[in-house]
Amino acid sequence: MKNYIKILALSSVFLAACEAELENPIEDGGVYTSGSADFSNYVAVGNSLTSGYADGALYITGQENSFPNILAGQFALVGGGEFTQPLVDDNLGGLLANGTQITQNRFVLAVDAQGNPAPTRLSGTPTTEIGNILSGPFNNMGVPGAKSFHLVAPGYGNIAGVAAGAANPYFVRFASSANATIIEDAAAQSPSFFSLWIGNNDILSYATSGGVGVDQTGNVNPASYGPNDITDPNVFAGVYSQEVNALSASASGGVLFNIPDVTSIPFFTTVPNNALVLTAEQAASLTGFFRAVSGIFIQGAIQQGVPAAQAQALGAQYAITFNAGPNRFIIDVPVTQTNPLGFRQMTANELLLLTINQGALRTQGYGSVALTPEVLQVLGKLQVGGTPTPQEAGLVLAAVNGIDDKDALDTAELTAIANAQTAYNATISGVAQANGLALVDARATLQQLANGGISYDAGTLTSTFAMGGAFSLDGVHPTPRGYAYLANLAIDAINSTYGSTVPKVNIGDYPTITVSQAN
Amino acid sequence: MRKILLASLFLLASATTFAGGYRVGLQGQRALAMGHTGVAYVNTAELAFFNPAGLVYLENKLNVSAGGFGVFSSVAWQNESTGQYAKTDSPMGTPFYLYGSYAVTEWMSAGLAVYTPYGSTVEWPTDWAGSHLVNNIELAAIFVQPLLSFKINDVMSIGGGPIFVTGNVNFNRNANRTLTDLDGNRSNITVDDSGVTNWGWSLGALFNVTDSFRIGAHYRSEIILESTEGTATFANFPDSPLTPSNGDTSFEASLPLPAELTVGLSYDCDKWVFNFDFTRTFWDVYEDLDIIFGNGRESINPRNYNNSSIYKFGVAYAPSDKFTLRAGYYYDQTPIKSGYFAPETPRNDANGFTAGLSFDISSSFAIDASFLYVRFKEINESYDYVDDGSSFGGTYKSSAFIPGIGVTYKL
Repeated sequence: MKNYIKILALSSVFLAACEAELENPIEDGGVYTSGSADFSNYVAVGNSLTSGYADGALYITGQENSFPNILAGQFALVGGGEFTQPLVDDNLGGLLANGTQITQNRFVLAVDAQGNPAPTRLSGTPTTEIGNILSGPFNNMGVPGAKSFHLVAPGYGNIAGVAAGAANPYFVRFASSANATIIEDAAAQSPSFFSLWIGNNDILSYATSGGVGVDQTGNVNPASYGPNDITDPNVFAGVYSQEVNALSASASGGVLFNIPDVTSIPFFTTVPNNALVLTAEQAASLTGFFRAVSGIFIQGAIQQGVPAAQAQALGAQYAITFNAGPNRFIIDVPVTQTNPLGFRQMTANELLLLTINQGALRTQGYGSVALTPEVLQVLGKLQVGGTPTPQEAGLVLAAVNGIDDKDALDTAELTAIANAQTAYNATISGVAQANGLALVDARATLQQLANGGISYDAGTLTSTFAMGGAFSLDGVHPTPRGYAYLANLAIDAINSTYGSTVPKVNIGDYPTITVSQAN
Repeated sequence: MRKILLASLFLLASATTFAGGYRVGLQGQRALAMGHTGVAYVNTAELAFFNPAGLVYLENKLNVSAGGFGVFSSVAWQNESTGQYAKTDSPMGTPFYLYGSYAVTEWMSAGLAVYTPYGSTVEWPTDWAGSHLVNNIELAAIFVQPLLSFKINDVMSIGGGPIFVTGNVNFNRNANRTLTDLDGNRSNITVDDSGVTNWGWSLGALFNVTDSFRIGAHYRSEIILESTEGTATFANFPDSPLTPSNGDTSFEASLPLPAELTVGLSYDCDKWVFNFDFTRTFWDVYEDLDIIFGNGRESINPRNYNNSSIYKFGVAYAPSDKFTLRAGYYYDQTPIKSGYFAPETPRNDANGFTAGLSFDISSSFAIDASFLYVRFKEINESYDYVDDGSSFGGTYKSSAFIPGIGVTYKL
């Protein structure tokens, strides 16, 4: 028996010796170094971008391709430990609260009956019930929808507050208690290394709602904010420092991400503001229509006692000229003394949202004029020199079909967003510098993706909607390949800050959008 | 029954590639122990493979050699720029041979050879970094060759015969680097075919320059296995008109088994034998591996192999009547050009070190054993022709240990 064991041991040694062995195997460690950082317990904190959210939902394969999970995979080569994530239960992505679906399923690229591919929500009943509280803690503390101040808000994971919007269903799933804050749960894990990417939603929810919220700059009480408001930069600065301090307490280091421009995101850049493409004839007719509008306005103003010169000066803005080819759309703006009719043509920098009804833009005169037979009749009357009745004049003015506030970001809204973003980013880089933390300039990267793209081993990654490879089908969140690229940026920043040599991933190995029929 | 027999033969025949391309140079214990030489070495029925012209010079009326090998091989790969690494977990390959010859007259012998000169079994971890090139491949070809050997005069003989080849292949790889179904399962394609047959031939000549010095030459023709009746299985593709449907379809592909020319000499001196063989393998026939699927898809994989050479040296020493000790060395050039290094045949230049012995149990029966260690240098290589325009590469290191055992019978 002894001999038998000896022979067995010998032959296993022999077989092991048969194995090909590289001179300097990565597998055995020692190829890469962690520098002054300790990656043994990495905790990621943030919003949807940290959670792996993509295609308008949080689903398993998206989570597996979250940038923190990709980072953790590379950290494993330099002493990184296990990285746990609060995985949802399926690849549909919707959430249930008490059996009722409260968030939508993910988008896939489906082909419609005419053979055209289009982003479509997957059908099917999701299985992730938020009431099934997972036992954590989890290394990935990314909570979709979280704003800067939510990370320190007690009760943000309390299921009782979900219906009223006071709590977040994604955090409910894994909060350590109803009253726990995200930052507390993260810090309680004593991270040896952390990432923090927060503040996007402090402007993004305002932007994706078309600016229907309020710019709360000057109001330092976030409890009074609505869901689509812009967070006051001082509030942001205060909570951000607090969060970094909490995470830094135990950590050897960390990496911060700044806030990208909304103008780099396909959600705002896909539908052009000049997609009103006209023939010469159509242009002439539309020009004629707005001349009529202008005339009606001037006449009405004079009738109401406005001096003729002033009435004409005001009315001139409505005599919009259209040309053959692409023209910018008409947009509704607040009624003011200088713009009493409350519409104007869009300016070059103003943006339309991906969610705008593009069919209506193409076929129902949304963004220009909704011509009815009645309106045409009045126009005909005007053309032959007739004077419209007040009713008829009203019909013409009502036919102006400007784009609603919720579907566009106008100059004022863009300025509010940019101001807050600039202030947040100044805070982020200041905090990074003060604490010796690595900083990823996500803003510069997304600009690069939007302007020419970034080449990789099988092409170029761009922010072009659906086909560019960087952004998923919700137009806001990256694809796995986009997340992999962000992970590489983090690795670059970490290596240069901490003297480590963590290798980067090949982004060509990561998928982009998912093609599938929706059912 | 015939099917089962054939299937089990194939199981035996598959071996991890360790000679150039998918050539498996293990065609006899005595020859292998002497660096796989034997084109001019008149000793046993192993001549049926190495040079059938020599069969007529065998002293006995009936000669049989049979044996097999256990191939323990593995390949390690890593890419230092990304930190990815993988190792093959290939099962033990067991190539075999069976040779027999019978002296019909003084000047003519007839023979039969069954051998497995081509094959490859490589199993990478499923969905590994190079899975868009190969997850696993198993290919095997069995050669069956009736032979005639003629003594033209005391100086020269010739021999040869037609070769019947039956081959099988099973090859799985992922559709590309990223495509998955909705649940993240990688889309992949398996091609499978067995009983692919074709014919070829070989012809050799042997010259007795002196009683103890021989020169031989042997040419084996190219044989192209054209697979047309196999099945290609598409799996885990997403449900979309934009991608291929899941399920079985047909495919067409051809795999060349290249021609081989060996010239060599053997010198006999008292208790010693010295062999030298030079083999040229005409791999340039392997231009590409193109798979045309029945569903209209195709997979084009340029290979552009080079012709390659093997330089082989062997020595035998018989200290007594009962024992013969053997040793050898060969240098085996890879046919793979730089930039075409694909992980389904991850092969660079190799140094083979061989040893072996024969023990005569009786005057008619001997046991032969051999051992081969193939040493590969660590190499940085890549395959630069992935269809998305990317390149797959890194550092490769292969190794192979091959013990073998066989019997020689003569009457």
